[in-house]
Amino acid sequence: MESSQIIILAIIATSLATFISRFMGALTSEKVSVKSKIFQWFNCVAYSTLAALLGRMIIFPAGVLAESDVIIRVVVVFICVIIFIISKKNLVIPTVFSAILLSILS
Amino acid sequence: MINSKVFFQGLKSLKGSRSPAIPLAACFIALGALLKDAGFNIQQSAASSLFTYALPGQLVMAESLIVGASVLNIFIAVWLVNFRLYPMTVSLFPLLNHASQPKWKYYLSCHFLAVSSWLIAKDSYKKINKKHRIDFWIGIGIGTWSTAVLMTVIGYLAADYLNKDMLIGLAIVNPVYFFCMMIGAMKNLSISLAIILGTVLGPVIYLVSTEWALLFAGLIAGTIAFLLGEKNGK
Repeated sequence: MESSQIIILAIIATSLATFISRFMGALTSEKVSVKSKIFQWFNCVAYSTLAALLGRMIIFPAGVLAESDVIIRVVVVFICVIIFIISKKNLVIPTVFSAILLSILS
Repeated sequence: MINSKVFFQGLKSLKGSRSPAIPLAACFIALGALLKDAGFNIQQSAASSLFTYALPGQLVMAESLIVGASVLNIFIAVWLVNFRLYPMTVSLFPLLNHASQPKWKYYLSCHFLAVSSWLIAKDSYKKINKKHRIDFWIGIGIGTWSTAVLMTVIGYLAADYLNKDMLIGLAIVNPVYFFCMMIGAMKNLSISLAIILGTVLGPVIYLVSTEWALLFAGLIAGTIAFLLGEKNGK
């Protein structure tokens, strides 16, 4: 198979694999009440899964991030979270700063 | 059909000091450059962000293609890494539900569900009248989604001008933004526990199984957080 055909198939496979979860979520949501326990449980699982993804992205990243040092990544995240807290939850400053800091340190 | 006032209110969440535009720009520029590296042309790169619009899955796709994985393997790997979108949708859409709104709005707009749009919606849905929350969500979604597609194209075009240190710098922006948003979301015991336990368990379980790590870490950490939260009355 030509490489461009493989790329197109990969895009379709990736998009389908992603949309399934979203669409199933939309269908399940029709039956879930905001006040129910199951909603609270889904909420906890959603935050945990997201946190797990972020923890993994920092410790075992994919892509270019893997070429920086793990200690440096952890330090950068830590410093930026502190900036976020002392800047009264401004998100622009810590995010811009993180890029500059990691570029300099690595 | 769509309440334009509320829609634009959602769209405007791209502005201001909590804007997701900067982290979205940073990570999709980096993605655009990576896709060029993986042999994509510019249309394919744009199509990937347009139809998938979920960065971790797109990263998995690009890396799998580079190592020559089969399409079926890509499908499974992406499904596993993006399965998080299922609990995320179920923990957001009931908040946007209103009997007077047509179902197609929900079925189509679930495509906009990604970490950045989810965190903004969770942070600000209370300000919006229940009846129009779905239109608010569509506003947030159109804004974040179009930013992602545009930035993928810019990243693709700029790939030759970006050196490795700059790409590494861009790639850290997204996790930093998400971490900050999640710290901001830690408003009660169960959510705080869910986030702390998830952050720890994610990388730990990854050591055992790279593919199932997210699913298991999310389920285990989330369930513990839920039970402890219930026990302590939140």
